[in-house]
Amino acid sequence: MAKKTIRTIPQARTPIPMQEPADRVRNFAEVALGYGENQALLESERCLMCPQPACVKGCPVHIDIPGFIAKIIEKDYRGAYDVISDSNLLAAVCGRVCPQEDQCEGVCPVGETLKPVAIGRLERWVGDLAIREGWTNVPWVLPNGIRIGIVGSGPAGVACAADMAKAGCEVVVYEAFHKPGGVLRYGIPEFRLPESVIDAEIDRLVQLGVKIECNTLVGRLFTIEQMIDEMGFDAVFIGTGAGTPRFMDIPGEFLNGVLSANELLTRCNLMHAGDFPRHDTPLGLGKQVAVIGSGNTAMDAMRVSLRLGAEKVYCVYRRSVEECPARREELEHAEEEGVEFHWLTAPVEILDDGHGNVRGMRCIRMELGEPDSSGRRRPVPVAGTDFEFEADTVVYAIGTSANPIIGQTSSIKLNQWGFIETDERMATSLAGVYAGGDIVTGGATVILAMGAGRTAARSMKEYLGIRDSESVYAELRADLDSCLFGIPKQERKFARLRTS
Amino acid sequence: MPGIDPSKLHTIPTAAGGYRSSGIGIARREDFSDVTYLLELEHPLMARAARPGQFVIVMSHAGGERIPLTIADFDRDKGTITLVIQAVGKTTRQMQRDCLAGTRLISVTGPMGEPSHIENVGKVVCVGGGLGVAPVYPQARAFKQAGACVIGVVGFRDRSLVFWDDKFRQVCDEFIVCTDDGSAGIKGLVTDGLKLAIDKHPDIREVVAIGPPVMMKACAETTRPHGIKTTVSLNPVMVDGTGMCGGCRVKLHDGMKFACVDGPDFDGHQVDFDDLINRLHRFRNEETLAVEKWTESCRARLDPALHPARETAP
Repeated sequence: MAKKTIRTIPQARTPIPMQEPADRVRNFAEVALGYGENQALLESERCLMCPQPACVKGCPVHIDIPGFIAKIIEKDYRGAYDVISDSNLLAAVCGRVCPQEDQCEGVCPVGETLKPVAIGRLERWVGDLAIREGWTNVPWVLPNGIRIGIVGSGPAGVACAADMAKAGCEVVVYEAFHKPGGVLRYGIPEFRLPESVIDAEIDRLVQLGVKIECNTLVGRLFTIEQMIDEMGFDAVFIGTGAGTPRFMDIPGEFLNGVLSANELLTRCNLMHAGDFPRHDTPLGLGKQVAVIGSGNTAMDAMRVSLRLGAEKVYCVYRRSVEECPARREELEHAEEEGVEFHWLTAPVEILDDGHGNVRGMRCIRMELGEPDSSGRRRPVPVAGTDFEFEADTVVYAIGTSANPIIGQTSSIKLNQWGFIETDERMATSLAGVYAGGDIVTGGATVILAMGAGRTAARSMKEYLGIRDSESVYAELRADLDSCLFGIPKQERKFARLRTS
Repeated sequence: MPGIDPSKLHTIPTAAGGYRSSGIGIARREDFSDVTYLLELEHPLMARAARPGQFVIVMSHAGGERIPLTIADFDRDKGTITLVIQAVGKTTRQMQRDCLAGTRLISVTGPMGEPSHIENVGKVVCVGGGLGVAPVYPQARAFKQAGACVIGVVGFRDRSLVFWDDKFRQVCDEFIVCTDDGSAGIKGLVTDGLKLAIDKHPDIREVVAIGPPVMMKACAETTRPHGIKTTVSLNPVMVDGTGMCGGCRVKLHDGMKFACVDGPDFDGHQVDFDDLINRLHRFRNEETLAVEKWTESCRARLDPALHPARETAP
């Protein structure tokens, strides 16, 4: 392959086909339709194949990005999938929901001069192709008799479960809801992450031999301590997610028509309330919806509201657009779809219609003052700028606090905010118990939770004395040509692992 | 305590669908009246874990809603938990029709919520009104087992609705039945029974009241002048029951609490009941619509004119 330079590669980023805003606000189909083969090949040509790729370091699960792109260029698509699935079980999910602009694409050298390589779109294309073709990478693993319990089937739990299953452990995942997937299932709307993609990715986990037990609330049905002491688990991973939604303690929060983004999204995504009364769960969404906050969850809540028939959707955020924590792409999509943004505006009171329902909101304008502890400029209210507007639904999307259940039911050490305390290797205060994801860090992203799950899996293996291809052959694995399905040739002579 | 056998759990993963729930079997059903029915569910693990005051979230069928129901009883030897359900909305009516002994519920999750705080406090009154009669029973039994002197007060509309009076008599040192029309026990509301008990026993240390919000409010108001600690069990609208949605937030005088993880038991003198009652009406229109649709579909099923094929079908 001739050496590529910034001048020889295709200059423009290959655009991704999208649904028009006017069409998509009336359906729940995906907004970005994904690359086709030609588009993927064209975009792959833009990768410079850096000898020391910054993107791999920028990825929380360290996918060999130039490696899989090289395989696409060779038209070895199965090979590209093998490279990705080596580090990431959920290619189709992460290609869609990762904030690539802050991770791999953010550090791509192409991005210094041109737009960076569209790594996320390529990953999604490979992931979708793998689902369509039914590719899975399931090594035949001799069971080692070690039992691992995983609490929560969200991204952190799934990542940890996959790694432990590949190492030969018997893995059981417990999920409190009636369907696995955690935040992927209840939190992320259909138009960003179709349910069929989640099903396909969870199926892969089951093919790895992982058992998933739904309807099981760990902590209450049995405790973490019981899992270790009575149920025979050698190690436990806790990935229960962040949990309880925050409110602001302003007047009117108890009115009917006020709900958390978590509740709105759960009703809509998990319980299909948009389909009421064919599905039994009601939605309770009005025609004029005000969403407080402007993170990714807020964007999801606003865009779901539009699709469920809201005529007006307002975003109320106390800082300015520069401080908006959502992904730029999500923000742009929301703007295109007709969300009305009120930057530098803080809610003061939710107004009562006299019958216990929301009639509107009173807000105050803000201005930015000195930087606060988060480094962002602190918003300060401007006296006398109160104003009222009409709304019949108010959605809170201002973050979550720690879910208390594990803390209430076990002696595990929590930090001052109620999150589980771990060391940098994800070990908690209980021997053999590891934790990761939002229940440790507070609300973050899918890929960071997966990264934490994988770190915990590495620590668990060390704790349990498991030496698998991950830990023993880490250096060899970096050499792509010597590996098949991520398993080095040298290792294949051991009977322990066979490829199927 | 015997070890937990994880193979006794109730879901079976399959490669085909990724996961599958085999559901929870209904071991026994008993009808107390034309609206109230009892379901005894086979769930040995939950029977072992359940404590008085906790609840479960039940989803009866795919596409159904998740409804919170207080655990009315649990039997650790038989490995069952008991729910007493009143057919009021669409889901509970459908369950009344479909949930027969031998059938299965698609999902039962729990036990949820903090268990009631039970100790030998001396004299305690357990008040149950209407549907609250069932969930107050395990509390009365637990207080009795803890060595407390238990006075049971239960209320029904009339004699035909009375159930479990024999079970209560076994665990109560004194037992008062109240009916609206006086057809059984004393004539009056549970608050009249409660007043009677308070007048007779000046040394009552605690009152536990479970039932409709108006009844719990009235009980809290009855005990407030006497300064008797009053615990109520709240049942606001919930989705997940694990503290994630915030739908079940309740207003206390000292701030916001989530009934699913902080409760469901709260100090009755702290609870803002008017707010609770207002929030219970949140989905009034949707509930009415769902019940109408349901009634209509039931009528259609029964009307042979609309289903000519049914008559010829074997």
